Amino acid sequence: MKVTMTVNGKSMSAETEGRTLLSSFLREGLGLTGTHVGCDTTQCGACTVHVDGEPVKSCTVLAQDVAGKSVTTIEGMANKDGSLSVLQQAFQTHHGLQCGFCTPGMVMASAALLNENPHPTEEEVRHYLKGNICRCTGYHNIVKAVLAASGADSQKLAAE
Amino acid sequence: MPKDGGIGESTLRREDIRFLTGKGRYTADISLRGQAHACFLRSEVAHGRINGIDTSAAEEMPGVLCVLTGADFTEVGGNPTGWLVQSRDGATMKEPKRPVLAHGKVRHVGDAYAMVVAETYEQAKDACEAIVADITELPALVDLAAAAADTANRVHEEFDNNVVFDWGWIEENRAAVDAAFASAPHVTTLELVNNRLSPNAMEPRASIGDFDSGTGDYKLYTTSQNPHLTRLLISAFVMGIPENKLTVIAPDVGGGFGSKIYHYGEEAAVLAASKKINRPVKWVCDRSEAFLSDAHGRDHVTKIELATDKEGNFLAVRTETLANMGAYLSNFATCTPTFLHGTLMAGPYKTPHVYVNVKAVITNTVPVDAYRGAGRPEATYSLERVIDKAADELGIDPWEIRRKNFIDPGAFPYTTPVGLVYDTGNYHATMDKLREMSDVAGFEARAEESRKRGKLRGFGLSTWIEACGIAPSNLVGVLGCRVGLYDAATIRVNATGNISVLVGAHSHGQGHETVFAQLIAEKLGVDAKSVEIVHGDTSKIPFGMGTYGSRSLAVCGSAMMKAADKIIDKGKKIAAHMLEAAEGDIEFNDGSFSVAGTDRQKSFAEIAFSAYVPHNYPLETLEPGLEETAFYDPANFTYPAGAYGCEVEVDPETGGVDIVRFTCADDFGNVINPMIVAGQVHGGVAQGIGQALLEGVVYNEDGQLLTGSYMDYAMPRADDLPNIDVDHSCVTPCTHNPLGAKGCGEAGAIGTPPAVVNAVIDALHRAGHSHITHIDMPLTPSRVWSAING
Ligand code: FES
Ligand code: FES
Repeated sequence: MKVTMTVNGKSMSAETEGRTLLSSFLREGLGLTGTHVGCDTTQCGACTVHVDGEPVKSCTVLAQDVAGKSVTTIEGMANKDGSLSVLQQAFQTHHGLQCGFCTPGMVMASAALLNENPHPTEEEVRHYLKGNICRCTGYHNIVKAVLAASGADSQKLAAE
Repeated sequence: MPKDGGIGESTLRREDIRFLTGKGRYTADISLRGQAHACFLRSEVAHGRINGIDTSAAEEMPGVLCVLTGADFTEVGGNPTGWLVQSRDGATMKEPKRPVLAHGKVRHVGDAYAMVVAETYEQAKDACEAIVADITELPALVDLAAAAADTANRVHEEFDNNVVFDWGWIEENRAAVDAAFASAPHVTTLELVNNRLSPNAMEPRASIGDFDSGTGDYKLYTTSQNPHLTRLLISAFVMGIPENKLTVIAPDVGGGFGSKIYHYGEEAAVLAASKKINRPVKWVCDRSEAFLSDAHGRDHVTKIELATDKEGNFLAVRTETLANMGAYLSNFATCTPTFLHGTLMAGPYKTPHVYVNVKAVITNTVPVDAYRGAGRPEATYSLERVIDKAADELGIDPWEIRRKNFIDPGAFPYTTPVGLVYDTGNYHATMDKLREMSDVAGFEARAEESRKRGKLRGFGLSTWIEACGIAPSNLVGVLGCRVGLYDAATIRVNATGNISVLVGAHSHGQGHETVFAQLIAEKLGVDAKSVEIVHGDTSKIPFGMGTYGSRSLAVCGSAMMKAADKIIDKGKKIAAHMLEAAEGDIEFNDGSFSVAGTDRQKSFAEIAFSAYVPHNYPLETLEPGLEETAFYDPANFTYPAGAYGCEVEVDPETGGVDIVRFTCADDFGNVINPMIVAGQVHGGVAQGIGQALLEGVVYNEDGQLLTGSYMDYAMPRADDLPNIDVDHSCVTPCTHNPLGAKGCGEAGAIGTPPAVVNAVIDALHRAGHSHITHIDMPLTPSRVWSAING
């Protein structure tokens, strides 16, 4: 079947099977490989995207259930001119990534947190990111990055 | 001040831009035209005899292109052991065969015995389920001691038992060690388990095989820390493809921690399948499959004894270890419990007599190999735990007992009784620094405050040393290593003066693209932005030994320095001609060549241009072009060291352990990018805390893996960890490499577990539970609670 959704502001569609997950629809159907798959039990958060503004682990939803909705992926998070948005920049400035594999999910989860709560405490950041595993950074610098980006104009978090 | 973008500056990582915008290119992101998809069928039993495999139904399934089994690989070689260890009696170890796909027998849950290639992954997976295998289940060997003792039931029947070697280090020390123990005033004994871990790099392994029937060339894209080694193993041992006909590309790799050093059967299988169907074949591992097929780490059972005098001066150390190898010997599995473990058992201490015995045992579990630190965490854990126990028995402060036994700063180079020559170090300095950072004076007040909340506070100390950048090739060859341990770099100065550096090290999170560019910028006096680092592609890079054991900077960085020296030498010759001066009068400073004592000079870019557009050029005496390659084989390991402090709060009601403060004082020699070094320590500490408190691979007695997903294998999440206070201001530069650099990547995983466990034991002792001398990792709430209430 053909599934259509708005991805990063553009209407996109691809042929899928009924069992196709949103993560593979994005990666294989649309060629948006920034969304990563790190597990098969919805535990690692590498696949986090936003669906209608809410953070969602894309390895757990069927693509067809997202038909017609609006999806934001890591590919839609930079500023219009291609430069890093405030949150992405904070990750670079504070060395909040190493191998980069968890990073798209971390950025998407952190952006969702800051949309909900623009001034989280360190404890709130750590608590919110519980659903995302990073095996490289020890989280120390990820937490720093999110705190550094907090309070920024939330419009700038996801430049759509 | 460091040069802009040069050594000592926390330059932001250039690779981050692509990772932060979703433009990283990991193996699973690559789609080749016409690619088919592979799925592996893996054993559900730990030990079984394969009587027959019926693939006929699977072959008829929709989309299926081919089905391969172990029978298809009997004509090719197997995945070899990279290091042959000798037993105490002089016998060479047993080397069990490890075929591409299991044939005749399956030996662990997850052992792959068939492969289906289909148009889609889902079709391949469906077809795997249609394969009918007749397998007679055999008793599983899971318990280490039982497997070591069993000669009737054998994982590899061609051998008479399951022990592949019984290694003694150093055998000649044994009598003196035994004598020291016999006459020692005090002996402390501790038995401990170093828990089996799953490395769990966030990116699962993936491989794409691509055979070109037009040229006969093979290309393999794979998640590897070590693409040249993978090529070498596939070429020379497994498939017999000439090296020049096989390209191995490891693009962006999402973490490795050791688990992607080795060659795995899936890599050979996708190449064979690609040739068979004449299309690219892609395989992407899922996480449950990764638990069953990625090499695990650690898994030692050790008895350690420490002999001291009444004042706590160390007289001798003696250990006996059973090391679990799993069902096959992964490439470097044998060197981890031996040369990376036994040789570190002196630690930073002047213990006069040390003897280490290791028996390596084959069991029906996933093969074990090097995982972050590899052998050194095991050595450090045993030693730092027994020292705390000895301090307790002797009534000596844990800081004091370590301090009095440290090798003195003036004693270097220092030869340990286990065969290493530490070139430099200052263990007192890192421990003093740690003491300052830990606010020891304020501890009692903090403990009192914890008590008020019903919590038990404890402090744990560990000091650590490691041997990084394993070397030199001559020595490791004598010890049984089948490869050399040098590295290589090519510096290609392009005609317009920008520079490509082709390096044999491989980055999978360490920031090489940034750090190596900093090195070249500083050395050649150019802007770091004009330097590009190329890695991970055997068709571009002359050779390389990859990244593991914290070797990239000390070994590959040194090769880069050597190549840069050659560039400067050639540049001087060109400049001498252009400036009409004697070569000996040319000086190279800050990116320009000048005649000593004059203002006549040529910039780096002018020299490069002249080399490539050789119009006014001494062609009779000098070749055009400006490109140099160097291979560097280190004279010795490097020996970073440090001291770690961990403060915990234990909840006596639940047994839960909360790390409230973690402090690291390290000596990594000269540091190129402090930001990246701190990040490496954070990551290592997180994995060390994971081992100490959360992680552990668990098999049941039938060899079924009980921790087979992220639902049941616990890893640290953001709220399990504290902020980590890192200092690397104590510096004793390495004396034998041109950078004075040591290694930092594994430090956290080495120094942390004993600090955490020492802290928990300390908390329990302070609360009056002085009979609890040890709890095995991971210190889960139930284990701690049982210790308190048991
Ligand atoms: S891939 Fe979706 S949570 Fe792990
Ligand atoms: S940066 Fe590697 S997993 Fe987070």
